[in-house]
Amino acid sequence: MTPPKHPLFAFALLSLFATSATRADAPAPYTVKIPGTDVTVEMVPLPGGTFQMGSPAKEKGRKKDEGPQHTVTVRPFYISRTEIPWEAYGAFLDIGMERLLDGLDKDDAVDAVTYPTPPYADETFGFGDGKQPAIALTVHAVNEFNHWLSSGAGKRYRLPTEAEWEYACRAGTRTAYSFGDKSKGIDTVAWYVKNSKKRPNPVGLKKPNPWGLLDMHGNVAEWVIDQYDAGAYAKATAGGLGFVAPGENRFSHVVRGGGWKDKPEALRCSARRFSEPWWSKQDPQNPRSIWWHTESTDIGFRIVHVPDEYPELKGFRSRIVK
Amino acid sequence: MNDKNNGKLGDWWTRREVVKTSAAVGVGAMVATRLGRIKRAIAGTGKTDELRIGLIGCGGRGSGAAEDAIESTPNVRLIAMGDLFPDRLAAARKQFSGNKFADRLTVTDDHAYSGWDCFEKVLKTDIDYVILATPPGFRPMQLKAAIAAGKHVFTEKPMAVDGPGIRTLFEVADEADKKKLSIGVGLQRRHHPGYIEMVKRLKGGAIGQIVGARSYWNQGALWMKPREKSWSDMEWQLRNWLYFNWLSGDHINEQHIHNIDVVNWVLGKNPVAAVGMGGRQQRVDPAFGHIYDHFAIDFEYPGDIHALSMCRQMLGCVNSVSEHFQGATGQAHADNKLFEITGKKKWKFDGEANPYEQEHADLIAAIRSGKPYNELRRGAESNLTAIMGRMATYTGQRVTWDQALNSQESLMPAELAFGKLPVGPVPIPGKTKFL
Repeated sequence: MTPPKHPLFAFALLSLFATSATRADAPAPYTVKIPGTDVTVEMVPLPGGTFQMGSPAKEKGRKKDEGPQHTVTVRPFYISRTEIPWEAYGAFLDIGMERLLDGLDKDDAVDAVTYPTPPYADETFGFGDGKQPAIALTVHAVNEFNHWLSSGAGKRYRLPTEAEWEYACRAGTRTAYSFGDKSKGIDTVAWYVKNSKKRPNPVGLKKPNPWGLLDMHGNVAEWVIDQYDAGAYAKATAGGLGFVAPGENRFSHVVRGGGWKDKPEALRCSARRFSEPWWSKQDPQNPRSIWWHTESTDIGFRIVHVPDEYPELKGFRSRIVK
Repeated sequence: MNDKNNGKLGDWWTRREVVKTSAAVGVGAMVATRLGRIKRAIAGTGKTDELRIGLIGCGGRGSGAAEDAIESTPNVRLIAMGDLFPDRLAAARKQFSGNKFADRLTVTDDHAYSGWDCFEKVLKTDIDYVILATPPGFRPMQLKAAIAAGKHVFTEKPMAVDGPGIRTLFEVADEADKKKLSIGVGLQRRHHPGYIEMVKRLKGGAIGQIVGARSYWNQGALWMKPREKSWSDMEWQLRNWLYFNWLSGDHINEQHIHNIDVVNWVLGKNPVAAVGMGGRQQRVDPAFGHIYDHFAIDFEYPGDIHALSMCRQMLGCVNSVSEHFQGATGQAHADNKLFEITGKKKWKFDGEANPYEQEHADLIAAIRSGKPYNELRRGAESNLTAIMGRMATYTGQRVTWDQALNSQESLMPAELAFGKLPVGPVPIPGKTKFL
């Protein structure tokens, strides 16, 4: 096993204390303004690095698809400090609906942005909007939000790859959780089945992980860009990108980090879940919406910006059309 | 039932019935019995319990309902379908071909119908159970035809858009009972275990005497299909049926009926009168027909209990689709997947459900066991509650239950054919007259 490198550790310490005295050579956090609103999302820089992805066979709660552990190298990237709240996603939704009211429900010829179809009822499921995480969106709806944001915010945004997500969640640690191997103490870091009061909670209220990221464990499980492949890790090449390209199929895509309905084991850094058709089972329309799920009220997302983007992901667009 | 005048709808239907559906009625008479005694052979199994379904109205909800029915229960097969528009018929058939239960969605070319008389053709086929999912304005006549043809019915909500239509529903409900035919209504909250348990507890006194209720369907905007040059007035209105009163009954009737029905269910009675206000502020373009985009109603129940009811389809506003009850000793809340009772007898629902399948499973189980099952009356009552609210809002007057029920206003156009069809004015409270 290749020992993981630790250029991250020094950087992590630096970034914790770097809010006022930023060193010239260390990238600083920045905020992205959601077009047409005053809403901002804070983006945290993470150094590139190499880490062990997946969990050891003896880890408590581990499932087979978390192995074998393998080495992955990621390029430096920025990741949103929090899960994306409704106040940010809602701007995209509202534009789509306003265009509909104006009779412009066709794709925009200039940037080919598509907008969500109107939700059948209350898209917040009664949990409220504002700082509540945007939930029950399909991976297509999330990828198209990122394309729209990229068109209006001057930088490209996308979902993290599964490897980037796990790298960010681990924040330089090699334990089951970013705070240790045992779930003791999870209440201060995460919303999960025991403390969530059976609902998603406003983003960013719990303690951050060592790199300053909030709600990586719990609250809502988070979409990553990868299609789910239970055997992906066995096929991974050492030091590779660790990425399974999504295609035209709606199902299944990976979600990470566990959510408010889950037990601690499902919140582990390496725990993988994937989307399934039953997530849309109460969609009264046929065919079922490619924008909205009806059951996944515990699934949300966060975004990344990669300055030196991987060739495979340049200009990424959702390929799901039905 | 007071039914001195059935209005244009009834006249129209009677004419067509005589001319076109006498054969359907004849076929119906042969199978006018509960399915428990029909015992159809199931192909290739040697068993005999197959239920055959027909679908009338193949839009997103109709084809969804057909799939729900198939997935809800074993030994159910879709064998016939009809839609006015050939493109919608073709789209639904294509969708079915990719379903995991495609082997039970086996509609052959000679059982797939389009055109104005497609529903009559579906009813003439060898089906036991018909799903009615065309725009609601057509429902009274199609329900009447389905029961006349001896079919069990699953009808989407709402089932009518005006007083004459509601009166037809009550007649059809009686007729179904006489013929031992079952009718299920697509008010799926009645089949959700969270609602069922909450209502049981409320009726058992969990929050004491209920003194008031609130219900909401406040959401953003819905789809609209920009008019294409080739479309006649009629085709444009049908393809945008939400926005025309004669087809949808306005959104208080088309969507908010769900929440209104829960209030009637919990209170165990229907309101005696309504006062409302509403209008059309965002959705002012003629592309959105003539319906309102918001309503707020005060429903008055016996015993001076009042229920506040709001519905809105406007962008950028706070949303909620929920029902709430105030009792002497606590409150109850039903909000999407949350069901909660507060006070001394606290309770919270913990479970998952798919009421869209359950509503078919319950109806099919009743048909197979021969148990009487008819949801049409209570569905029609909630339907009338919504229509009464709309009438009170449009006119700006206090409208009573009896007035709404006996309203002489039929919204159905004189002629159903592709061609000219002017859009009625947007109602103005204080000026629009109650008819």
